[in-house]
Amino acid sequence: MKTFDYHSPKDVKEASKLSSSKSVFLAGGMTTIPSMKLGLATYKDVINLKGIKKLSGIKVSGKIVKIGATTQHAEVAKSKELKKAIPSLAALAEGIGDPQVRNRGTIGGSIANNDPAADYPSACIALNAVIHTNNRSINAETFFKGMYETSLKSGEIIESIEFEVPSKSNYQKLPNPASRYAVIGVYVARFKGDNVNVAITGAKSCAYLDKNLSDALSKDFSTSSINNVNISSKGINSDIHASANYRANMIKVYAKKAVEAC
Amino acid sequence: MASLVGSRVERKEDKRFLTGKGRYTADINIVNQTYAIFIRSPHARAKIKKIDTSKALKSSGVVDILTGEHIAKDKIGGLIAGWAIRSEDGSEMKCPANPPLAKDNVNFVGDPLAVVLAESLDEAKEAADLVKIDYKILEAVTNLEKTMESDAIHDGIDKNLCYDWLLGDRQKVKEAFDKADKIIKLDITNNRLIPNAMEPRACVIDYNTASEEITCYTTSQNPHLSRLIMSAFGGVAPENKLRVVAPDVGGGFGSKINLYNEEIVCSWASKKIERPIKWVAERTESFLTDTHGRDHITHAELAVTNDGKFLGFKNETIANLGAYARVFGTVTPTYLFGPCATGVYVMPAAYSNVKAVYTNTAPVDAYRGAGRPEATYTIERIVDKAAIELGIDPIEIRMKNFPTEFPFKQTLVHQIDSGDYVAGLNKAKEMSDYDGFVARKKESESRGKLRGIGVTTYFEACGIAPSPVVMMLGCGVGLWESAEVRFNPTGQVTIYTGSHSHGQSHQTTFAQIAADELGVPIENIDIVHGDTDKGTFGMGTYGSRSLTVGGIAIVNACKKIVAKGKRIAAKMLEVSEDEIDFSNGEYVVAKSNKKKTIGEVAFASYLPGVRDEVKSPLPEGDEPGLIESSFFDPANFSFPAGSHIAEVEIDPETGNVKLDKYTAVDDFGTIVNPIIVEGQVHGGLAQGIGQALTENAQYDDTGQLITASYMDYTMPRADNFPEFNLGFTCTKATTNPLGVKGCGEAGAIAAPPTVMNAVINALGGREIDMPATAEKVWEACNEMKKTNSEAA
Ligand SMILES: Cc1cc2nc3c(=O)[nH]c(=O)nc-3n(C[C@H](O)[C@H](O)[C@H](O)COP(=O)(O)OP(=O)(O)OC[C@H]3O[C@@H](n4cnc5c(N)ncnc54)[C@H](O)[C@@H]3O)c2cc1C
Repeated sequence: MKTFDYHSPKDVKEASKLSSSKSVFLAGGMTTIPSMKLGLATYKDVINLKGIKKLSGIKVSGKIVKIGATTQHAEVAKSKELKKAIPSLAALAEGIGDPQVRNRGTIGGSIANNDPAADYPSACIALNAVIHTNNRSINAETFFKGMYETSLKSGEIIESIEFEVPSKSNYQKLPNPASRYAVIGVYVARFKGDNVNVAITGAKSCAYLDKNLSDALSKDFSTSSINNVNISSKGINSDIHASANYRANMIKVYAKKAVEAC
Repeated sequence: MASLVGSRVERKEDKRFLTGKGRYTADINIVNQTYAIFIRSPHARAKIKKIDTSKALKSSGVVDILTGEHIAKDKIGGLIAGWAIRSEDGSEMKCPANPPLAKDNVNFVGDPLAVVLAESLDEAKEAADLVKIDYKILEAVTNLEKTMESDAIHDGIDKNLCYDWLLGDRQKVKEAFDKADKIIKLDITNNRLIPNAMEPRACVIDYNTASEEITCYTTSQNPHLSRLIMSAFGGVAPENKLRVVAPDVGGGFGSKINLYNEEIVCSWASKKIERPIKWVAERTESFLTDTHGRDHITHAELAVTNDGKFLGFKNETIANLGAYARVFGTVTPTYLFGPCATGVYVMPAAYSNVKAVYTNTAPVDAYRGAGRPEATYTIERIVDKAAIELGIDPIEIRMKNFPTEFPFKQTLVHQIDSGDYVAGLNKAKEMSDYDGFVARKKESESRGKLRGIGVTTYFEACGIAPSPVVMMLGCGVGLWESAEVRFNPTGQVTIYTGSHSHGQSHQTTFAQIAADELGVPIENIDIVHGDTDKGTFGMGTYGSRSLTVGGIAIVNACKKIVAKGKRIAAKMLEVSEDEIDFSNGEYVVAKSNKKKTIGEVAFASYLPGVRDEVKSPLPEGDEPGLIESSFFDPANFSFPAGSHIAEVEIDPETGNVKLDKYTAVDDFGTIVNPIIVEGQVHGGLAQGIGQALTENAQYDDTGQLITASYMDYTMPRADNFPEFNLGFTCTKATTNPLGVKGCGEAGAIAAPPTVMNAVINALGGREIDMPATAEKVWEACNEMKKTNSEAA
């Protein structure tokens, strides 16, 4: 690992000020540190966000769940309040990586990184999340832009993520047998008024809302309505673990599993 | 004292390992050490046009940068193949030179060509980035099937062919096939694996400028052999000036049998820079440069009668050696593979023909089972296919072809001394509730799942021996083992063994057998291994040889101790030797209460002066002390065998395979410590199941390893396994006094065909290759649905 300067700012303002084109924010470090060790990324400044108290924590108020950016996956997984409000979100966190990763990795780090196979982005999209930064609030659908690409500007810091509590929801993931990231993951959320969101991760450059599945399930919330949806393998990821055709087919299989589990 | 052989003695090494007190190579630091970083080829095949180190040499902390030019100039030799294999036409095998640092050509991604030595690891890495290398990139040869038609990657090695080897009689096989009712044909690949020892390779070299001695701490399964090769072939230093120490080693599975480039380079460089050197592989280097395993393509044919008797067998295999031939690289796909390919069956005629080829991939060598898993996979898959095509139950077809008398002369080489395959298979059948399968299948089907059952019977040949035979077959050394047993004057025992423990628990097993032989409490027995400066020459640990060869050397040395002790005891007790019985550590005069313990005898042997009533306890002609050594060269291999039965449940919607039940019944002869043996079986099964369901090393067309991290190389995990249901039968080996057979590789040998036969059974006979990944299985399920609906 190349040498760098380490900073531990006390508040968001200071953190933002320290940042430059040659800096990185450090949350759980589960992505940043391995890439530095492997020499894939080098930074002049590493700015640790974990010292900023207000960035962490889970708050449920009515139909809104607010999760601080540096909240670890393990905390999300075991939160009693969250398990009551959106059990599928706690279950999603429980299914990320392994205990070590869950004890370090954070929700803010995960969505800022926007790995095409990460779990949280699908939850953000399905649960109509709003991402609050130190400058503005961004809707999930416009936040995730492409492979490892978000609408965050340089120096912009995610402070919290607000999720809408659905009436029913479930997340089903086909894990990559090696890494256990999502080969595909399907998040189904149903809201008052029968509106349904189906968000998919793992299948394309980043998580997205599947309009066809969402529409079909909004009309008729049943596994049989999924049968009639055509999912093309065009534009779907293909790698040594799963072809585009297999992924496209698994989207339907896992969407059904999610509907059944709702 | 009750016998310790056979009892569940807790592992002596557990306290050390579980409390973090193990001492591995990377734990060793030497004052004033430098750090090595190897510069490796990023290309699978290229000519090295120019290496420019000028900028890097000026980088902070750099001590030196050495290249292939330097090592060639110093006439340091390279790595070698340990077995000379002859082709069917009588010609010698062809091996390329494998210099420790490549000078002109690189032949796989990871091939080292220079080493940077610096004051710190970070400085070494920074400097390594500044070394400029001009390559002329050449087209890589990576497709095993097309290797013989591709460019020759090594000068003078036509068709990339190392040898075209035959064992068996083609004419007899042809005659057998002419008489057959049916010929069963099978095409399979045996997927390439990466051993993935938990501890990456490492070495720490300490050169003493005054004594001119090199001490090489290294992650080796056989330090003596490494010293021999480094000295005799590398020319690094004479053997007496070279000490190789393999301290605690965190797993090898065959990948640490070889001496590697890094030990030679660092030993030579340490002498050159007159400083100690430390090198520890990063995980990526392990993936790229540890020797890989398996990687065969096989076409097999089995000639059968309509009632399921086997008449003849053909095995045509292409084996991938990777870029270079290493120590066991050439023997693994020949003598360790070919003979075992006829399995546990009476096979009137057979041959194995193996073409071993070079490709631009990491060298392939022995990996847990080495050749025998590939052989067992071939025969057990084709036997199952025969059962399907003939409509015979898989257990019945096997029973029909078992030998019933032992010793059993197996078709191609082996004279199997003992076994009872019928008893093993019957026990496995019972333990697995084979007859209840139909009901379980129905139950699975009621949930929309497919269920399959798979059977394998195997034998394996391990503890490779005897030396005259293996040397006749091309081995460069004899495969005996040595031991030295030393009594201290105060009665404790230190045993030096040439075997090496890197997970096998020799400290416990070997102490158990010595405790029984000597009648000394196990706490008073220490096992010393892994240091060429301690104890006699040894051949190390691989091929399940430690107990059957190394353990017996200990038994024999103990017997010599007991015999000498008896002569001394007779003198002390003033009786003749034949009036004395030795048991439980005591020399007792028959029909009397006169006795001496072996501890008293040991004490007397070191203090042979006037004592009490005895003038001297030493009989005439005996020297003082109680130390004996033994070199054991067994009369033959040992032949463990067994029957394994697996059940899988497949979700046809996703293709996910769940291994639901696994029963293993093994015959390892006498079992010294059941805890350790069960652990060895579990570990072997995990690796075998990994091969069947998840693991697959893949190179792309340009020779890049695309599974070079745990993000892509699928190691099996605990949740891939069911509770293992283990059973044992016992027929004692007749070729050693304990009746023991090897147990280290059985699981890795039997599991792949057992699991795959179950998967294929669930898929209604549709064949797929390992690993049975979800997508492959899902495709087979879809095909099955299609044929079923067409039929309906
Ligand atoms: C072995 C392993 C297995 C994993 N398995 C899974 C899995 O199954 N599913 C899954 O979804 N993920 C998985 N992950 C990813 C992991 O869960 C983390 O979410 C991810 O690594 C990033 O989170 P982090 O907190 O560690 O971020 P860091 O590595 O600290 O940072 C990552 C990036 O995010 C930026 N960043 C961090 N916090 C903020 C913020 N508040 N505002 C703006 N930018 C920020 C940083 O600048 C950096 O660029 C796995 C990781 C590992 C190592």
